[in-house]
Amino acid sequence: MSTLKPLAVWALLVGSGAALAQTPGLGARISEADITAWDISILPDGTGLPAGSGTAAQGAPIFVAKCAMCHGEAGKGSPAGNILAGGAPLTSGIETTKTIGNFWGYSTTVFDFIRRAMPFQQPRTLNDNEVYALTAYLLALNKIIPENEVMNAKTLPQVKMPNRDGFIIRFPERI
Amino acid sequence: MDKVEVVAGNGLLHRRAFLRDGAMMAAALTGYAYTKAAGAEPLADAPWSREMGAVMPPVQAPSRFEKHVVRTLSNPNNELRNSHARTPHQLLQGTITPASLHFAINHSGVPDIDPAQHKLVIHGLVRQPLLFTVESLSRYPMVSHMAFVECGGNSAPMFSNEPIQATAQALHGLVSCSEWTGVRLSTLLDETGVDPKAKWFIAEGADSLALSRSIPLKKGLDDAMIALYQNGERLMPGNGYPMRLLLPGYEGNMNVKFLRRIKLVDQPAMTYYETRTYSQLLPSGKAFRFYFLQEVKSFITHPSFGHALKGPGFYEISGIAYSGNGRIAKVLVSADGGKSWGEAALQEPVLPKAFTRFRMPWRWDGRPVVLQSRAWDEAGSVQPLRAEFVAQRGETKKPPNPLGFPNQHYNSLTSWAVDSKGEVKHVYA
Repeated sequence: MSTLKPLAVWALLVGSGAALAQTPGLGARISEADITAWDISILPDGTGLPAGSGTAAQGAPIFVAKCAMCHGEAGKGSPAGNILAGGAPLTSGIETTKTIGNFWGYSTTVFDFIRRAMPFQQPRTLNDNEVYALTAYLLALNKIIPENEVMNAKTLPQVKMPNRDGFIIRFPERI
Repeated sequence: MDKVEVVAGNGLLHRRAFLRDGAMMAAALTGYAYTKAAGAEPLADAPWSREMGAVMPPVQAPSRFEKHVVRTLSNPNNELRNSHARTPHQLLQGTITPASLHFAINHSGVPDIDPAQHKLVIHGLVRQPLLFTVESLSRYPMVSHMAFVECGGNSAPMFSNEPIQATAQALHGLVSCSEWTGVRLSTLLDETGVDPKAKWFIAEGADSLALSRSIPLKKGLDDAMIALYQNGERLMPGNGYPMRLLLPGYEGNMNVKFLRRIKLVDQPAMTYYETRTYSQLLPSGKAFRFYFLQEVKSFITHPSFGHALKGPGFYEISGIAYSGNGRIAKVLVSADGGKSWGEAALQEPVLPKAFTRFRMPWRWDGRPVVLQSRAWDEAGSVQPLRAEFVAQRGETKKPPNPLGFPNQHYNSLTSWAVDSKGEVKHVYA
């Protein structure tokens, strides 16, 4: 993401050099380029999505090999891993199991969480194509995208999740 | 024979009945009479009074007679899932949770972080990204705050349609209170500079899930802290060693532990934990998002489930009250299931967004009673009655697993029924 700003704006924000001198100033300067390996956040508008792509067909064998031992066949869940597909209507009760299909509001969250946290025993070992493929597999499993649709940085943020509009901001004044 | 004022049904006494001067004032009022204490046996020395004691250890542990005062663990064998450790409120007093008994939830175990290698980077919509170490942060001006931290899922068993018979620890053990010391986040953001487009920041941990949450920048510039110390010592590993984000009054999961990255952004990231786990489903099928606030709440810890009263006579009812809005303003206690209420004494100091201990003298006549507490905060918010709460937030169709989270952000009342034998049960009233 570009963060270049006119110098005048920064002068207003941070004050003069004299004001800066009043703080300890013990942080080491680092460039965004040197933060890349840690900068894994994906925003719902797609900001942060890497190059690469994948389809549900490519994701299916990866799921069997690396995910199904906890999440069950076709994401049906097990004691060790959440259910990922299907799910009852959300009006079924306040304890209704939340799945990607019935609850999640943003498709980008699927990519972000797989890439940062999965597989549970070996996080951040999947390459970006594998993450796109698993994301496509899970979205197709939930019948949100067709089996053959390619997921990439452009298409993924455009996927509208069924429950996108199912949320109420609890305390808007706190945002 | 002194007499003290009864302020509410089933023997609740005036909150100052036993304070200095209060007893004399109360003595003039009609009401309960003190009973004469039973006679004691003649005194003799115990064996430990006749020999030199044990060596003092470098880090002391509680007496061997206190081995039952422990956290309860949801995943003692560290299976591939999250782990909870709950604070034993029914066995503690005062307002500070010992660090060793502070609750913790870790979603992928407790990382073994070398503080000399740990780094915190602040970047994104800033003028100059900066990297901090434990050593460099330790040279910054520090502040200390007493603050409770509460899991958004604390008290989840209270969503059960039937009262689950469990201790205050099992029902409410995912909240604790410590003195936290560290560096204000605003101090560090002064140094990085903040782009006016930044409205949120993403906080991320160094745990294996790289747990991340989006937090309004407004909170970051208010009272957010990078905490390094807990009750005077370095953070416990399970509580975020060597540094965590502290957001006083906000949902525990947002207080990101093992903090390694803060990224300023113009929109929330809609992370897994904020858009799935910590979004609360309502009876309508809609769900709350960005609840953030831990609302005003109280519960009685003494007596509570698992305690047994040893016959009629005097007891002090006490418990914990707190609010993410600020200070506790008032706590009322009932011994007749909410028919009548008396005002409890609030133990000083009453601090914002921290535990306040409330106390209520009580003379039990040996008949069945139902004890409840209800708190108000300085913003005027009050704990909803259970019927009001369930009408808005719903309840389960059948009793859930007590270790599960059928829903979150329960802040209604807790009711303890004492039967004529002195046994305490959990009831809805």
